[in-house]
Amino acid sequence: MDILIHAVTKYPLVTAFVVVGIIMYVATLIGKIFAGRIHPSAIAIVIGLILAYIGGTHTGGKHGLADVSLFSGIGLMGGSVFRDFAIVATAFGVKLEELKKAGLPGVVALLVSIVLSTVIGAATAYAFGYTSAVDMATIGGGAVTFIVGPVTGNALGASSDVIALSVAAGVVKSISVMILTPFLAKTAGLDNPSAAAVYGGLMGSTSGVAAGLAATDARLVPYGALTATFYTGLGCLLVPSVGYMALVALVG
Amino acid sequence: MVIYGLALMGGCMVVGTGLGYLIGHLVGIDANIGGVGIAMLLLVVLARHLMDRDQLSKLAQSGIQFWSAMYIPIVVAMCARQNVVAAFGAGALAFIAGLGAVFIGFLLIRPISALSPKSEPLPPLNEDPAVAVAKEGK
Repeated sequence: MDILIHAVTKYPLVTAFVVVGIIMYVATLIGKIFAGRIHPSAIAIVIGLILAYIGGTHTGGKHGLADVSLFSGIGLMGGSVFRDFAIVATAFGVKLEELKKAGLPGVVALLVSIVLSTVIGAATAYAFGYTSAVDMATIGGGAVTFIVGPVTGNALGASSDVIALSVAAGVVKSISVMILTPFLAKTAGLDNPSAAAVYGGLMGSTSGVAAGLAATDARLVPYGALTATFYTGLGCLLVPSVGYMALVALVG
Repeated sequence: MVIYGLALMGGCMVVGTGLGYLIGHLVGIDANIGGVGIAMLLLVVLARHLMDRDQLSKLAQSGIQFWSAMYIPIVVAMCARQNVVAAFGAGALAFIAGLGAVFIGFLLIRPISALSPKSEPLPPLNEDPAVAVAKEGK
């Protein structure tokens, strides 16, 4: 038994790779039950949050599963260093001229949606008693995407539970995009490439957009994914800076 | 070499973080403002510049692509270390914020699409899209 524990705890980060790999595999299996309607990455994220909940209730700590010594590597793998590095890497291959082709409406959709999502998230946060500019910006960022929330929260020094709330808001957004898109596509006029580019800019969640369009019409995926790729990056740039400063001006 | 790709990305991040803290300092708060976003913009421009001149080898690119592909697993690990227990009590907040943003988004697809010249709807599919996707998945 001791040897077994040694094997799992000797290289925490490597154990984390194994654990996350298993989570992704299970998520893919569960995804097949939903016949592609819910993206496996969204299921994996929900599993991650459930495990964080179990870890949190088990240890009483603040870092979810990472507080369980067997899974301490999760803390490193999901920490800010790896996270920000991977986010920067996703910018690779994004071509400025292809966004130009997606055109003015794509850019308008990106900016309008980042502003409105932040406003909705921040207003909701305020209504629920999170009245500091840092908390409102973080939860507003979460309503942008589940990456922008934590990036904003970490940059501004928000507490871990507010960051978790922002991730939860982003996950609610991502999953509802996946589920609602095929049902609302016709009503919303989502039947051509240009509308798909706008849709990608409005929804922003890359996994949400990819799954939502795949469930609607797979031929629209590249157009929506193109603008959606910029969404999190723009959100990471705008929400902790312009968004936060606007909120400071508003609530002090 | 693979490390060149990582060095390029890392360089963008170091500069981006530096600029982020500089902007934070300039507006009077001790925070990294948009450092990740600045790093991403730098990477887009620099990678483009180098690739146009054939200065970024396939291996160097694969170093960046690896981390890009690690994005979702890292996000999953990030979720697994969040303080979900504390957030659980305020479930309605996450729901209202997340769903609100989605519904506003759907309402705005038509008006914003109208900014561009009308593009034609794709021809109808021969079969139910859900069935087609399910088949592709196999």
